[in-house]
Amino acid sequence: MIVGNAKPIEEVLSMIEPFDKLIVAGCNGCVTVCRAGGEKEVQILASALRLAREAQGRPVEIREVTLERQCDPEYVELMRPYVGDYQAVVSIACGAGVQFLAEHFSKTPLLPGINTGFIGVTEKQGEWSERCQACGDCVLHLTGGICPVTRCSKSLFHGPCGGSVEGHCEIDKEVPCGWQLIIDRLKALGRLDLYEKLRPMKSWKTSRDGGPRRIVREDLI
Amino acid sequence: MKAGSNLEKVLAAGHFAVTAECGPPRGADPEPMRKKSVHVKDNVDACNVTDNQTSVVRMSSIAGCLHLQAAGVEPLMQMVTRDRNRIALQSDLLGASSLGIHNLLCLSGDHQAFGDDSQAKNVHDIDSIQLLQLAKMLRDDGKFPSGKEVKGPPKFFIGCAANPFADPYEIRVSRLALKVAAGADFIQTQCIYNLEKFERYMQDVRNRGLHEQTAILAGVTPLKSAGMAKFMKKNVAGMDIPDEVIKRIAAVPKEEQAQKGIDMAVEAILRLRQVEGVRGVHIMAIEWERKVPEIAKKSGLLPRPQV
Repeated sequence: MIVGNAKPIEEVLSMIEPFDKLIVAGCNGCVTVCRAGGEKEVQILASALRLAREAQGRPVEIREVTLERQCDPEYVELMRPYVGDYQAVVSIACGAGVQFLAEHFSKTPLLPGINTGFIGVTEKQGEWSERCQACGDCVLHLTGGICPVTRCSKSLFHGPCGGSVEGHCEIDKEVPCGWQLIIDRLKALGRLDLYEKLRPMKSWKTSRDGGPRRIVREDLI
Repeated sequence: MKAGSNLEKVLAAGHFAVTAECGPPRGADPEPMRKKSVHVKDNVDACNVTDNQTSVVRMSSIAGCLHLQAAGVEPLMQMVTRDRNRIALQSDLLGASSLGIHNLLCLSGDHQAFGDDSQAKNVHDIDSIQLLQLAKMLRDDGKFPSGKEVKGPPKFFIGCAANPFADPYEIRVSRLALKVAAGADFIQTQCIYNLEKFERYMQDVRNRGLHEQTAILAGVTPLKSAGMAKFMKKNVAGMDIPDEVIKRIAAVPKEEQAQKGIDMAVEAILRLRQVEGVRGVHIMAIEWERKVPEIAKKSGLLPRPQV
């Protein structure tokens, strides 16, 4: 899922400073699962903003909305009948959701209420970690199912570097060395032969480096 | 000859090679580089110039190399893949060779988290082994990765680093084999304090015949004090300093520890020289370059051969 994290309330308050009639919009997709932008978080943020503005003597009217997904046009369009009645929308979906609302409602300022983190997994209650950088050219079959681009701090294709110590990365003892994970897994699979192969320079054209990306499926059009 | 550098010639003639290392200053004043050059001139076959080591901004490696060259020292340019993409790396390779820099060490570089600019983007478009392949392609094939012709291929004697002590140990030799397959003409190792472990590593290296395919230069760093040894053991990733080594230097009074460190470095060099497959020594006297002449002399490495 796409994992996000709430922005500090002070930052959101400063964004909404010019406005007194707002929508706080959540999303039932990834950000609900990672507890950053679902219906519950909409309620919490809206209440916090109301209270803070009350205390400032500048009350704010907030409509609470949670769309099924902010990244699909049919759900986004459900806001059209009433969005014009409000001065701005604070979206607590991922960056894609915020932008998609902005694209659809050209006259309404869109304010991001969370920071979009990464594509990741739930490690345990309250803890998420990154697994994929969406580089667009998956090599997981060569690396034991562990991604060198994401899990190695230097995205090395021939790791580990000299900074791998007792299974952790030189940047932080809390960060596992991605290449130690790859080697352990290749060993478990009996495929250490894959380690000793030279890998060509990666083409980053399929990654963000090739410019904003799109996928077109003729079979679905 | 692949590049015709002095280091390449010394090794090709079968001599035991000596390299050292000079870190460029944190400023635009060339004087510190000139001062360091005095200590290595005529005492080494080539001298590494580091590339923003520990991710701290310094004078560029190419500029540092030129200052050494002007002082009569053959430079060995270190190049990390942390800060430049393949376009910039290739461009600098062409530029460096055009300026008479003909030794190259390919590295991935310390992560920027360690330096003053921890907020910097880390590039890592390619890794150190791919940089090795790239430099070799430019040199030997006279081709860019696109297949287009290099008009006047760069000449480099190409090397990379190896850490026999980093984890996981079981792939250390496989990793060296990868570097050899990628085209490493020479290898400079991480500082060796655990000689027994290094000797075991070299046995594994010899079992695969890798010592015959690349010139391995063993890394030696003199300890300045017991404090430095303890600090490095604790804080430098992949550094293996046995307690026994720390005990030996700690056993002498503080004011004699620096000399003890030099003596222990000399002792290590003499022992490393006996290890089959070790073709030279890389003396990394960090911010202590003035000790290089004494270490080289006491290790019987002077005068350096004229080739």
